[in-house]
Amino acid sequence: MKKLIVFSLPFLLLSGCSSSSTWGWYVIDPRTASGWTNVKFLISGMGDTILISVIAAVISIILGLLVALPGLSNRWPIRLINRVYVEFIRSIPLLPMLFWVFYGLPIVFQSMGMNIPIDPFWGAIITLAISDSAFTAEIYRAGIQSIPKGQSEAAQTIGLNYAQTMRYVILPQAIRRILPPLANQFIYIVKMSAFASVIGMQELTRRANELVVTEYRPLEIYTLLILEYLVLVLIISAGVRWLERRMGSDERS
Amino acid sequence: MPETAIELVGVNKWYGTFHVLKDIDLIVGAGQKVVICGPSGSGKSTVVRCINRLEEHQKGTIRVDGIELTNDPKSVAAIRSEVGMVFQQFNLFPHLTVLENLTLGPMKARGYSKTEAEDRARHYLERVHIPDQALKRPGQLSGGQQQRVAIARSLCMEPKVLLFDEPTSALDPEMISEVLDVMVELADEGMTMVVVTHEMGFARKVADNMVFMDAGEIVEHGPPEEFFGAPRSERCQKFLSQILQH
Repeated sequence: MKKLIVFSLPFLLLSGCSSSSTWGWYVIDPRTASGWTNVKFLISGMGDTILISVIAAVISIILGLLVALPGLSNRWPIRLINRVYVEFIRSIPLLPMLFWVFYGLPIVFQSMGMNIPIDPFWGAIITLAISDSAFTAEIYRAGIQSIPKGQSEAAQTIGLNYAQTMRYVILPQAIRRILPPLANQFIYIVKMSAFASVIGMQELTRRANELVVTEYRPLEIYTLLILEYLVLVLIISAGVRWLERRMGSDERS
Repeated sequence: MPETAIELVGVNKWYGTFHVLKDIDLIVGAGQKVVICGPSGSGKSTVVRCINRLEEHQKGTIRVDGIELTNDPKSVAAIRSEVGMVFQQFNLFPHLTVLENLTLGPMKARGYSKTEAEDRARHYLERVHIPDQALKRPGQLSGGQQQRVAIARSLCMEPKVLLFDEPTSALDPEMISEVLDVMVELADEGMTMVVVTHEMGFARKVADNMVFMDAGEIVEHGPPEEFFGAPRSERCQKFLSQILQH
């Protein structure tokens, strides 16, 4: 039975290309002029999806470290800063946060006498970066705590200050260890960037939605959309594997 | 009595309610070698770790080369620049080569140029008899070699005092002597040393002063001939008979 399903699946999908009423691949068939136009339209969202994700990830990686460091302090009021940020930010669902940033934040700025408009592009980046930074911060904290205490003690005895100890001794070792979970977070950002479509960002999901409205072919178009994300994530995974090999994260210590 | 290098007066320390160090008084003259021994949990490592502020003492005064150790980061930094430390677990930086382990402190903390720092590093690698391992990573070396690299790393900072916290306890027996040999050479060259160890052969050879600790206090101290020949306290007699038995 299992075999039957596995074998019949491709036929079921492909049969739509010709005549079946359930599948209508013609809508994105690159061999026809209109199909090719549609495919190009869908793929044209790729640039913004990548750009939003990469910028958000970079900000999240920096912000996450800045949030993680106070969490490692010996003094509890400093640790509290980390706890409050992490608990608060990670409890906010992404979509409400996106609305708050896009529709609410400009009003906050205005009441403070600043006129800073937030466009969909930066609204999406700010939301993704802040939301993700709470998770990145926890990953950093776990990574830094996994480095034996003797490492920072040795660094202190050769005269390194806190910043130098972090930069030259602790972080290079910690980052090697946390590369896999950080990559996970990056993939998560790429997928969550789909939410930017609801504030009008012309990324992959938005393009698909727009085409569905004109073509009435949600099944084919969303299938292609899913495949687009799949390709993106596979490329990222391959890149991370390469990076892990280069940094030696794949070795056991 | 030579110039005083390290002076501890009435040093006390608590972990919560547990009294780890009780009124520790200790004077180490410049160029002197002091060996501290005692059963585990006696506070001997803690004494050494207090001298360069890896642990904080709560009462009493610690002076190194005349500088008092306080909470002021400047005083801590000043004292750490005079004091080197060798750990039981070596604590080399595994992601750096041997050479980079040795040049990191001089370059970042002292502002030496890369060539200056490397010249110095190679000089000290020669001193600990492993000049040809400079480009390897710590993980590729034997335990004895790693500990000698750790000693060289401390020496690169040109400290006035070297602290050793059980430097041979994590080593296989056949590697202990190569580390002790280097330590004896350092001692002969006049380095001021405070060594926590159970290597009594080493202690007899180099110590100017033996210190026996138990339950957070210094129970007995004196020159090695007296210390080994005629220990006064019962606790010290028992300890020595136990570790010298085999």
